[in-house]
Amino acid sequence: MNRLLTPQHLKWLLVSLAVVLGTHIPNLPLWVIMASISFGTWRYLLDRYQWAMPKIWALLPITLIICVGIIVTFKGFFGRDASLSLLVVMCSLKLLETKTLRDYMLVIVLAYFLVGNLFLFNQTIATFGLSIAPLILLTATLINISFKDAGKQRDIQFTLKLAAQLLLQAVPVMLILFVLFPRIPGPLWGLPQDANSGMTGLGDSLQFGNISNLTKNSAIAFRVQFKNAVPERNQLYWRGPVLWHQEDRSWTMSSSKIGLQPEIAKVSGNPIQYTMTLEPHNRLWMLMLDLPTLIPQDARLTHDYSVVANKPVRTRLRYDAISFSSYQLGLSLGERERLLSLQINEGENPKTVQLAESWQGLSAVDKINTALKRYREQPFVYTLKPPRLDDNPVDDFLFNTKRGFCEHYATSFVYLMRAAGVPARIVTGYQGGEYNPNGNYYIVRQSDAHAWAEVWLAERGWVRVDPTAAVSPERIENGISDALDETDELPLMARPDYPWLKKAYLNWDSVNNGWNQWVLGYDDKKQLDFLKKLSGKNLNLMHMLIGMVSIIAVIMGLTTYFLVKQQKAKLNPAQRIYAQYLKQLKRAGLTPNNGETVLHFAARAADALPHQQTLIMDIAQRYNIITYSASPKPLLLEKLAQLIKQFHVNKQQ
Amino acid sequence: MLSKIWPFTFWKISYWQQWFRVAKSANNVAILNPRQIYIVPTRWGLLYATMLIGLLIGSINYSLSLGYYVTFLLASLGNIAMLHTWRNLLHLQIAVSNASPVFAGDTATIVLKISETKNRPRYVVAAYFNRQAEVINDIKANDVQLFDIPLTTIKRGLHSLPRLTIYTEFPLSLLHAWAVVDNPFQLLVYPKPAESIYQNNLSADADVQGSSQLTKGDDDFNGHKNYQVGDSPSRVDWKASSRGIGMYTKLYSGAGIHTLWLDWLDTTGDIETRISQLTRWIIDAHATQQTYGLRLPDTELAPNNTEAHYHQALTTLALLS
Repeated sequence: MNRLLTPQHLKWLLVSLAVVLGTHIPNLPLWVIMASISFGTWRYLLDRYQWAMPKIWALLPITLIICVGIIVTFKGFFGRDASLSLLVVMCSLKLLETKTLRDYMLVIVLAYFLVGNLFLFNQTIATFGLSIAPLILLTATLINISFKDAGKQRDIQFTLKLAAQLLLQAVPVMLILFVLFPRIPGPLWGLPQDANSGMTGLGDSLQFGNISNLTKNSAIAFRVQFKNAVPERNQLYWRGPVLWHQEDRSWTMSSSKIGLQPEIAKVSGNPIQYTMTLEPHNRLWMLMLDLPTLIPQDARLTHDYSVVANKPVRTRLRYDAISFSSYQLGLSLGERERLLSLQINEGENPKTVQLAESWQGLSAVDKINTALKRYREQPFVYTLKPPRLDDNPVDDFLFNTKRGFCEHYATSFVYLMRAAGVPARIVTGYQGGEYNPNGNYYIVRQSDAHAWAEVWLAERGWVRVDPTAAVSPERIENGISDALDETDELPLMARPDYPWLKKAYLNWDSVNNGWNQWVLGYDDKKQLDFLKKLSGKNLNLMHMLIGMVSIIAVIMGLTTYFLVKQQKAKLNPAQRIYAQYLKQLKRAGLTPNNGETVLHFAARAADALPHQQTLIMDIAQRYNIITYSASPKPLLLEKLAQLIKQFHVNKQQ
Repeated sequence: MLSKIWPFTFWKISYWQQWFRVAKSANNVAILNPRQIYIVPTRWGLLYATMLIGLLIGSINYSLSLGYYVTFLLASLGNIAMLHTWRNLLHLQIAVSNASPVFAGDTATIVLKISETKNRPRYVVAAYFNRQAEVINDIKANDVQLFDIPLTTIKRGLHSLPRLTIYTEFPLSLLHAWAVVDNPFQLLVYPKPAESIYQNNLSADADVQGSSQLTKGDDDFNGHKNYQVGDSPSRVDWKASSRGIGMYTKLYSGAGIHTLWLDWLDTTGDIETRISQLTRWIIDAHATQQTYGLRLPDTELAPNNTEAHYHQALTTLALLS
């Protein structure tokens, strides 16, 4: 059974492996790609020049070197990236000892597995499209290997067509399995560390540069669909982590917050109902519109009203939420909270402290207005490329550079407020969003990341103050692209130029949104919801399995019917016109008997229709000549067509 | 042998063969209908299935919707491949076209006629009596393909063909579909001829029995045969031998003059040995175009030297009980 394979088989295998490798290029280190290509080329040359296959002792050191390479590159064998690289390079190394059917099969099955691994890295529509070619090629390679002898192998076109046909015929059952196969919520065991790398989002602290870096990323943070009225753009503050604690240049969530009583919120006005689809970012934040009241399951509300998931968001989440845009939050401020919200490190930023102290005697509201006025009237610039700040960053920013991004404005403002004795804190999150008319939803990107301040006022509680709005009202009213000058590097999609590109992008995004909702987001919950909507009943596992098996049985039955149903033989041109002639004769009640030759039938027909005897015999003879001649006879065919056109059976005859 | 011990017997397909439905031939033609075609995964199919389980577990663990897509598409592909593999044998018509008699121990060639009538080409269809000697062919749509299938013979006589197995693994080699065909065709196997050395006994001298000498008349030179020990030196073609091309004995024909009687009584040993000796003599006599008759304990074939006579003589020996 361990037959050797032909050069033709090898070519198919190498080409399909090359394509599989090609789809994985972004996921592999360069040296793994180079090594795989050289092993493949080596194998090809071995065959081309009939060199001897390398001995096992020659391959062992190579294997060892590769293992060391993997360990060095990935600091271990485990994890998604390391296993993929190992699998790819070993699969291509295996080629060097691949000669029998067994080796070929092993490599092909491994390659199928590698195609499946593609989706560990991303699951976009493009990746889905990318998976089709290698699947067809691998299937074609299997077909090619089924043709055992070189002489009997079919051409490329036949093989590819059959492979595509087989895969196409596999689609119906695949769809049923996709919809009905009971989805088990993962993970079954701990995921490797790097399983979720590459996700971006808000951090749990704020340093200069954090948000402006995020702003360069056009990745989508979340999408929102409002159920009824959409709030004004300047009300679209998506609340994330609230930062209390200042230390040097960084603001963090204070650990001493734990144990604080939840702030009391009073809401008024109309509730804003919306559905969020949050992209995975590997952290706990579940962004919600200020101020959240109804929060999803599996999440909790912190005392300062950020919504936190019970475990890091590693899959796309979709949840319904309700917020109110007019609210009063935390009317009474506890002693601990007061202390925490006035905390600043002593001895830093003397100029700022001095400035704040000069406001003594003003009311809290006046202090705020004075500060905002300063931002407005002095030459502050809103820019993605702020200069570096010295050891007293707030001083340096407020009195010297005056160029900064929202994080600079928020931190300096809160610092100023605290120094002036007004309790204040930083809220990070996103601001704004882009409306997509195609799907009637808003897209909020990482580039919409924002930081603002909340100050506590007696009688009013925590009030949102956005110092960025004082410097650059456009940022809040129109989004980041209007607020920056052209030298700032914004991601392509956040830029105002190329309106057609933007439009195309919005179309594409609505397709993506549907893809995310229906294909990628189809998990155990969505499955139950969908099936409930479809059947009108709550379905349990048993129903799903029975339904799945019976629908698959029906599909298989139908497929079998169409596969086995005899295809009509294609008629050649002569047969086609002869069939017309037979139709005419049928009107006179004449049909050829089983096994009757053309001439015998003609003789019988001529007897029945004596008027047309010569014509009938002529047709029969010419038809016979055409049928039994080896080469095509276009002239004879034309003549036959003419004769048959002349032939008519009248009803009376 | 391990496979003879229960439960290892179940590992062998030959054990299960007895329970399988067999396609019986009517008027020499067996049509493979759905119920007679069996299908199991090949070991590559099992490997593929294992890979799919790996993909499924990965998809669950990482909650990969598109991982599910690949898993399900490939699973469904296996399923579709099953239908195609099964269909590749479906409704084939199998008939034995002919099979020439051979001597026991030789390999007979059974010419099988497999017809396609469903307007669908069939690829890589294999047929065998013995797995080691399978024949693989494609069959064109609405066409007949001949398969020359070797069959090793052991004993003389008229034997029913063993069961023929037809299988295919097309298109993906992941599944093995097969059917077992019974055909009433009977293969005639001539007795195994004895080694030429037995000829010595009787051709040592023409006058011992007169009747049993293998040489022909002396009249006309008729050709050569390989020299065998015991041939008269006067008949050796010394000219040829001096040219170094080997020893040949010159043959002369003198039809009707010396009729050769191959007699049971001239042979020694047990029945099979005697039959073997007679077979050898018939072959040699036929090869040298002599006229010979065959005398057996209860039958006698009149002397003749035709092809038909030769086969009749061998057939008589083959069927002798």
